[in-house]
Amino acid sequence: MLKGLIAKISGPVVIAKEMRGAKMYDVVKVGRLGLIGEIIRLDEDQATIQVYEDTSGLVVGEDVTSTEQPLLIELGPGLLSSVYDGIQRRLPELFQEHGSYITRGVSTYALPRDKKWGFIPTVKKGEHLTGGDAVGYVMETETIKHKIMVPPGVEGEIKEIYQGEFTVTDVVAVLNNGVEIKLMQAWPARVGRPYKKKLDPDSLFVSGQRIIDTFFPVPQGGNAIIPGGFGTGKTVMEQTLAKWSEADIIIYVGCGERGNEMTEVLVEFPELIDPRTKKPLIQRTVLVANTSNMPVAAREASIYTGITLAEYYRDMGYRVALMADSTSRWGEALREVSGRMEEMPGEEGYPAYLATRLSNFYERSGRVICSGSKEERTGSVTVVGAVSPPGGDFSEPMTQNSLRITGTFWALDTDLAHRRHFPAISWLKSYSLYLPLIQDWARANIASDWKETRDKAMAILQEETELQEIVQLVGPDALPEDKKLVLEVARMLREDYLQQFAFHEIDGFCPPIKQYWMLRVILNYYGLSLEALRRGVVLHQILGLPLKTEISRMKELPLDKAVDNLKDINERVTKEITILEAM
Amino acid sequence: MEQITQISLIDVDYSTINSVTGPLIFVEGVHDVAYGEMVELVSPVGEKRTGQVLEVTEKMALVQVFEGTQGLDAKKTRVKFKGEVAKIDTSVELLGRVLNGIGEPIDGGPKVLPEKRLPIIGSPINPSARDAPRDFIQTGISAIDGLNTLVRGQKLPIFSGAGLPANEITAQIINQAKVRGEAEEFAIVFGAMGITHREASFFEHSFARTGALRRVVFFLNLADDPTIERIVTPRCALTVAEFLAFEYEMQVLVILTDMTNYCEALREISTAREEVPGRRGYPGYMYTDLATIYERAGRVKGKKGSITQLLILTMPDDDITHPIPDLTGYITEGQLVLSRHLHRRGILPPFDVLPCLSRLMNLGIGAGKTREDHRGVANQLYAAYAKGRDLRRLVAIIGEEALSELDRKYLKFADDFEKNFIAQGADEDRSIERTLGIGWELLSVLPTEELKQVKREHIEKYYPKKTAVSS
Repeated sequence: MLKGLIAKISGPVVIAKEMRGAKMYDVVKVGRLGLIGEIIRLDEDQATIQVYEDTSGLVVGEDVTSTEQPLLIELGPGLLSSVYDGIQRRLPELFQEHGSYITRGVSTYALPRDKKWGFIPTVKKGEHLTGGDAVGYVMETETIKHKIMVPPGVEGEIKEIYQGEFTVTDVVAVLNNGVEIKLMQAWPARVGRPYKKKLDPDSLFVSGQRIIDTFFPVPQGGNAIIPGGFGTGKTVMEQTLAKWSEADIIIYVGCGERGNEMTEVLVEFPELIDPRTKKPLIQRTVLVANTSNMPVAAREASIYTGITLAEYYRDMGYRVALMADSTSRWGEALREVSGRMEEMPGEEGYPAYLATRLSNFYERSGRVICSGSKEERTGSVTVVGAVSPPGGDFSEPMTQNSLRITGTFWALDTDLAHRRHFPAISWLKSYSLYLPLIQDWARANIASDWKETRDKAMAILQEETELQEIVQLVGPDALPEDKKLVLEVARMLREDYLQQFAFHEIDGFCPPIKQYWMLRVILNYYGLSLEALRRGVVLHQILGLPLKTEISRMKELPLDKAVDNLKDINERVTKEITILEAM
Repeated sequence: MEQITQISLIDVDYSTINSVTGPLIFVEGVHDVAYGEMVELVSPVGEKRTGQVLEVTEKMALVQVFEGTQGLDAKKTRVKFKGEVAKIDTSVELLGRVLNGIGEPIDGGPKVLPEKRLPIIGSPINPSARDAPRDFIQTGISAIDGLNTLVRGQKLPIFSGAGLPANEITAQIINQAKVRGEAEEFAIVFGAMGITHREASFFEHSFARTGALRRVVFFLNLADDPTIERIVTPRCALTVAEFLAFEYEMQVLVILTDMTNYCEALREISTAREEVPGRRGYPGYMYTDLATIYERAGRVKGKKGSITQLLILTMPDDDITHPIPDLTGYITEGQLVLSRHLHRRGILPPFDVLPCLSRLMNLGIGAGKTREDHRGVANQLYAAYAKGRDLRRLVAIIGEEALSELDRKYLKFADDFEKNFIAQGADEDRSIERTLGIGWELLSVLPTEELKQVKREHIEKYYPKKTAVSS
């Protein structure tokens, strides 16, 4: 064991001397309490350590011991439904064993050691396997088949393979070169897990949110950021996506955010039922909770812990979504540690390597052909990162650096939030670079004219903005009838289509096909009204029809009959507006 | 946090101060000094001061002095490291007492016998140990109860501006706040940081008037008290609050005022340490630092007590994007914002409800807690008021005549909403039913088909019938 002595303590940063031989990013135990830390700089025999726990009470001269291993994430059955802190300690167990507060120098196994899992082998003796190949599986939940894979970099012929009940540390297979395969493997958090090939993301990550799926979609394996000032609904959006979006596995990273919000997730997710599997949502979720008052260095690690878990399930061939709330807190942790190391600051005090770290993180998302020599599996990691720009000003470094490397930008608008237009995603500022990639999928799976419908609606919203400027100057009466109609339809789009109450029992999740038909109804209303105006009908007549109320209640239509009902409404729109005659 | 064990048997005094800058001193040649350790200083004239270790190396310790460094020298001043991190004596006897900013009694009363001596840096609550806040606190103020409901265990700041009546509102909340149908033991822990004597005595009188004084622990760091002391005041206050909430199972309301002064003190130390400044000179770790204060609110599984925080801060130049309100808003569960504009027009309390928010509202409202129509009514009031406000701007340009009849109704709604819903007397204690009743009354100027945020069955049940005489 490599041992050194504490030479300096400054907040979460400790400098140890006599550490020659220690490696970068090795995990160390600091002081009498054995606080966990990580080496982030080496200078002759001095090692700079970021400590994952509060350093109060540490004394210069206390021991520092290196584990000579990087921060390893335990991967194996038992991850799902777990609640971890930033360095993969099990929070419920810490609570049971050490009380309501997180005390220092304590640790737990990331995977329960006593639980037995029924292992079913899927390979035979003599088969040649490489890293990523499955030797068998256990049913981690009733719906998730957890493949037990040969760890990356390992290769060989199966010499022994067992079947039965095993704990995560039991050997289930042995290779001819003596390598033992267990239910569990470990992987360094800061290193991306290997894959065979990256693919273009081409299918929609169905979020059930109309503004996202229709206007600014993100594909399975894509990435998105959602920046916004406080109170604009970042967390609600992240939670809504974690609840209802179409993914097999959800990794939710609460990075430097509120404790009570994590509690909400912890209370809600076991109770909410996944509409697709009919099982509690918690069964497809792993939570990484490092709240704002927990040590700042562990917050920095939480993002890597989360993405490593996501990649592991991706390697089994699952569609994984990672919600990171909020990446800004992670950036601030980087900044704080960098400041304590007295590094030369870049923009706004952030370290100059901020952009590099961000790209490393976001590039770990993607749709890939998983490594392995047997079956061909594709898996994906979709990343949605919340960003909390100071003062809601998007020109700050975190937002700008994230924008450069992510494909979807959902800009939250304070003004919309203040008038309780939720989700407060601005349709003027947001964009998605993935639109061309998923068009074919949408055409095949939603409707052949999906793109055209979407573009038409967007055009109306854009036109409204221009018209509003005129209205501000001359008043609405000065507009011609057809422009007043545009305003009316844009209002419909905003209020009856884009607004979506996240906690509504029906409207919380809106499937793409319902979204499409809702949009069709509104556009049909617009098209026919425009024709009617040309016939000499006055706008007042059209607006007097009871259709408006019906359109405003479209969101609440139950999902099983929604499409039929919407088609009915659509026909009624056609019927009632076409028979209008000039007065 | 445990006692530091490596205390030498002989008390060592150092008189090796190397330099003094601002609130900081550098002590040389120290041994066995712990990070965060408390320090006692004796000035050349024999005056005692306290400090805390901010950084320690093999040769030197950096100490922040709470009472300031005036009169300290680099020759005779003696420094003693006390062998423990900052702690405070806690006891239920503290109720009704007045303490200074670092927790020493200053009311001339008897010495408090400590039940427990606790470190003021609280450990973070395990997220798994937290219990979701869910008890509706009725403050009797419509703008809060109706639109931004407060629940037990929440942390909610009031963003005020210089000269706006945040103190009066806080006093009203304290006097009227109750969880209905329960008579549980409550306590108030009041942490004053750099407020004026006038403000402090306003609160004292207000507590005395309502008889709450016996239930209050006062921590007073007044405007003329040492600045750096403010760094520990909120932590002392919260440590006592945690003791009362989780040992004595009391419902504790913690009031911290004024967080702006706290942040200024933080900036002062950061500057003296020559740290890389973040926005507007505030340190880059201010978010984390504030979180270690604010996140100490909440409820814990298996304990009856709770800590609710009401934080007052003054937005410099009414700027909500200033780092102090900004970082606070990112940590707290919502915010109540006061408006100079409404205040000037005599709307009291001057809540600017559009930027106000209570994130935990949904946990505390609805059938069985307040009323089933609460969410819908609140959303509808918000939407209608926002629309009315927009129209006001339009009217300023094009005149009211150019508006449609419906728009004129919205305009009237916005005016009435401010006059009848937001405005209320300083002693007016409205029940939640009354608040929602006023809401429906106001909404009834709009046709029912405009009420899209409210469920149809609630409209049928609560929409005032046209024959009803408006109050």
